[in-house]
Amino acid sequence: MFDVPLFLTFAAIAVACAINLVLQTHPISSALSLVGVMGSLAVLYLLLGGQFIAAVQLIVYAGAIMVLFIFVIMLLNAGAEKKPSRRVLSAAVALPLIFTALALGAALITTQIPRTAAVKFGAFQQGGAASVGRELFTRYLLPFEITSILILIAILGAIVLARKEI
Amino acid sequence: MPFDLPFPVPLEVPLSWYLILSAILFVIGAAGFLIRRNIITVFMCIELMLNAVNLTFISFSHTLGKVDGHIFSFFVMVVAAAEAAVGLAIILTVFKNRATLEIDEVSSMRL
Repeated sequence: MFDVPLFLTFAAIAVACAINLVLQTHPISSALSLVGVMGSLAVLYLLLGGQFIAAVQLIVYAGAIMVLFIFVIMLLNAGAEKKPSRRVLSAAVALPLIFTALALGAALITTQIPRTAAVKFGAFQQGGAASVGRELFTRYLLPFEITSILILIAILGAIVLARKEI
Repeated sequence: MPFDLPFPVPLEVPLSWYLILSAILFVIGAAGFLIRRNIITVFMCIELMLNAVNLTFISFSHTLGKVDGHIFSFFVMVVAAAEAAVGLAIILTVFKNRATLEIDEVSSMRL
């Protein structure tokens, strides 16, 4: 019975934080807004029955990746943007276009998705670590192993980029 | 419901609301990617777009009753982590060589 109020609350928080991310001139404010978006998305994942992915969202995204971002912002002593953002004309043309495209997409989604497709809290029981892990290590074992190669390459790339002489 | 609203309020959240929320977040991220000039903020807008796509995966996973969407969004998170590590290293290198974070001033590859 609390599905709709919870969804509306955290959807509003997510959208407000996302708009704040784009509008703030200081990178630290943008980073904290992004943490807000990720936290409210984690609550929405819980509503959708994904306990494991909500925990991973908080630990990996809001924890590790955002700490990396804030670390770099602090390290580079990044201040606020000095110049005003791009041309006013392009924004005046782009914003109505964006809103029109968004409204068209929303209309398409609401007409194509059947109205009976509703998200009921508790209807999806496979979102725990056990069922996700079972699927991950049986059917998706090869992509999982390839992921480890990807991470190895990313580590090597970061080390190469961080050397002195580049 | 203690009070009456002029429009019918569903007791369960329709799937389309989740998809529309995801579209809104994606569009905000894309707009920020195009508007902002600070290279770190541009990077954060990319992360916002990845998050919006993850929400779509999870909501379809709920509707179809399969766990595959969770696996996909897990892989998206892994790719985002790798991308953040390499991208922030690139940003550090750019800052070391140019002493700027404005993407308009890093334009030596422009034709």
